[in-house]
Amino acid sequence: MNWYKDTPEIKLRLENPLMKHIVELKEHGFADALKYDYAPVDVEDALDNYDRVLEIVGDISENVIAPNSEGVDRTGPSCSGGRAHYAPGTAENLEICRQAGLTAIEMPRRYGGLNMPSTIFCAASELISRADAGFQNLLGLQSCACTLYEFGTDDQRDRFITRVCNGETMSMDLTEPDAGSDLQSVALKATFDEAANCWRLNGVKRFITNGDSDIHLVLARSEEGTTDGRGLSMFIYDKREGGVTVRRIEDKMGIHGSPTCELVYNNAKAELCGDRRLGLIKYVMSLMNAARLGIAAQSVGISSAALQEALSYAADRKQFGKTIDNFPAVYEMIAMIKAKLEASRSLLYETANFVDIYKSLEDIARERTLTPEERQECKRYSRLADALTPLAKGMSSEFANQNAYDCIQIHGGSGFMRDYLCERLYRDARITSIYEGTTQLQVVAAIRYVTNETYASMVEEMLSEALPAEFASRQERLREMLAKFRAATEAVTAVKDQDWLDFQARRLVEMAAHCVMGALLLRDAAKAPELLLKSADVYLAYAAAQVEGHSSFIKSSDPAMLSNYQA
Amino acid sequence: MKSLKIAVLAKQVPDTRNVGKDAMNEDGTINRAALPAIFNPEDMNALEQALRLKDMCPGSTVTVFTMGPERAKEIVLEGMFRGADTGYLLTDRLFAGADTLATSYALSSALRKAGSFDIIVGGRQAIDGDTAQVGPQVAQKLGLPQVTYVEEILALEEGKITLRRAITGGVETVEAPLPVLLTVNGTAAACRPRNAKLVMARKKAEVTAWSVADVDADPAQCGLSGSPTKVKKVDSISFQAKESKRCTSSDEDIRSLVEELITNHTIG
Repeated sequence: MNWYKDTPEIKLRLENPLMKHIVELKEHGFADALKYDYAPVDVEDALDNYDRVLEIVGDISENVIAPNSEGVDRTGPSCSGGRAHYAPGTAENLEICRQAGLTAIEMPRRYGGLNMPSTIFCAASELISRADAGFQNLLGLQSCACTLYEFGTDDQRDRFITRVCNGETMSMDLTEPDAGSDLQSVALKATFDEAANCWRLNGVKRFITNGDSDIHLVLARSEEGTTDGRGLSMFIYDKREGGVTVRRIEDKMGIHGSPTCELVYNNAKAELCGDRRLGLIKYVMSLMNAARLGIAAQSVGISSAALQEALSYAADRKQFGKTIDNFPAVYEMIAMIKAKLEASRSLLYETANFVDIYKSLEDIARERTLTPEERQECKRYSRLADALTPLAKGMSSEFANQNAYDCIQIHGGSGFMRDYLCERLYRDARITSIYEGTTQLQVVAAIRYVTNETYASMVEEMLSEALPAEFASRQERLREMLAKFRAATEAVTAVKDQDWLDFQARRLVEMAAHCVMGALLLRDAAKAPELLLKSADVYLAYAAAQVEGHSSFIKSSDPAMLSNYQA
Repeated sequence: MKSLKIAVLAKQVPDTRNVGKDAMNEDGTINRAALPAIFNPEDMNALEQALRLKDMCPGSTVTVFTMGPERAKEIVLEGMFRGADTGYLLTDRLFAGADTLATSYALSSALRKAGSFDIIVGGRQAIDGDTAQVGPQVAQKLGLPQVTYVEEILALEEGKITLRRAITGGVETVEAPLPVLLTVNGTAAACRPRNAKLVMARKKAEVTAWSVADVDADPAQCGLSGSPTKVKKVDSISFQAKESKRCTSSDEDIRSLVEELITNHTIG
């Protein structure tokens, strides 16, 4: 048994025609094959490698991480002597992942990584998260190495990325007691120590996932006298240098697989990564986008676990003389979990594909000048990825919460007890719509792509693709949804009032998301109707009703009513 | 310490842990189509011990030996995906139908052919036959000391190894000179996972296949002709819930149960 092999819905998303193009971009003419025995020689070989590596992840998720998850949840991490300690199961999970060579999936081979695309990293994250979302946080922080790779010097890459490839962990130290969603107010102080010719960090960070990691990326105020984002720079802190202690770890509702730390920086030696003043406005934005995609994958994993738990319980539990999956009220909930899961999955992998294309082109640009066509392509996919990332993070995390909720509902009273996994899923899911930017902040990031028509033209483009004849009515339904979304957008923007737009933004973004996810799921269902067509239909019915509801709300509202909502 | 030559004996077995109602053919033989072929679980524990020895003593090599049909090369590859360096598949019609005596003869011939090993490690027993005889017989044929039921390697020094082995009701620490043959229990550490880079690098690796002639073996001692064990009959027995019996923990109930089991020869 292997979760990856048993979930053809994942592999289907990896068979997207874009994947071949992504392989070609990632492998730059397959030159690595001459230097590394594990590098692929052609596209087919690379795709086979992806498959085999995900098989390892599927095995470890099912047979190591999942069995450890209950113990990890109950025991949790601990803190003593200024250090954070993993739960024993977490430590074992990490060791097994190190042995399997999964700590730097995306990093180039010259540092010891596997040079695999984000799409594959997302699939790995989904599988691991199905087993233990908290552990996925910890392992997922390897994506900090991508930021280090993008913005660090050659020397920094050599020194730090190699260590991540060998199994050391990372963290991104951004949040502070007074700087959560508003990272511009970060106050941790960075001063240059002329005598030692290095930077020194002083202050406190809070809510740092895996905060006792080996290598930290730290956002700190390097420009004295500044108060906004332009005074912040990014630093690398190496635990081997010392100077940072864990004051306490949080007692959290869920995700006990990763310690969340409060860190005290006491003259900690650090080095600058990239240019001064670009810490927040450039580097952290890049870091956050990768992290948001990671949370989307984590959310899909939780939804996937919720589906499995719901299915197996409902098929086993008998009431009124039959198993409860025979009752419409129950099978509707299960079908909705699956529909929301599959819609999230379609969006997750589409977003990851777009990220891969532009990031690979950016990487090629480090070696040679891109052709005008390549530049064009890079720009296009970068914009599309930026547009889809907040939708993927926002919607998948909200769906994960709803799915975990329904999963408990299907379990009835038993689901309220800690005996069943769904209880943990519910607690683990809750953070996904909060960290790496709340759903409300995803809406802020997405709204500009509503008003500039990015989402609408994406959906239009997808609807212009030829699908089998039996999909015509489904496409028509999407066209109607799209028309309502456009009309609602127009109605809201015509008022030309920022508060009004902000007030309606979540509704508009959700309408956009339903159109995008509906179109993507329909496209995937056309490829594998036996796996996805039912879910696509269930999702379209739900999405159309949601779009109609939001449309009706917007139509019947006007700016005067804003005051009703204010205290 | 000088590097070691380590051999792992591993068998591909039907997964008897997931036996369904179609597991047996009507003639009493195993329906291989209904049972997936897997790496014998205790051989996996043995592989881990071999890889730990390699970790302890850098420069050492681990070689997997298996006997079976062509597809049993999967066992060698599986070992190589987890860290073994190479391996041999003993495959020949003349090897087929071997009992433990013929199997240990074939394996010992291959081990001799491949060169002198410092440590040979195998699982305690395979889940299809459950005999636990092959390891000890290989040791006997090669004239090596053997330590069975190994759970952990405690120390490795020049020319000797210290081990913890399971015994009834406890554990025992033993020291053995090298070369030595070890059989490992399922209670030993689980095997490490496949390694991503090794899988990618070795997925197309050729596995050397050896015939009876390749290992200079006597065909008369191989396979069916070398096997004194004769299977008279195999019954497929399915226990049914109605045959269950409930006993309390009273002395009287336990005594009558034990007497009943002795009388019908279930125990004793």
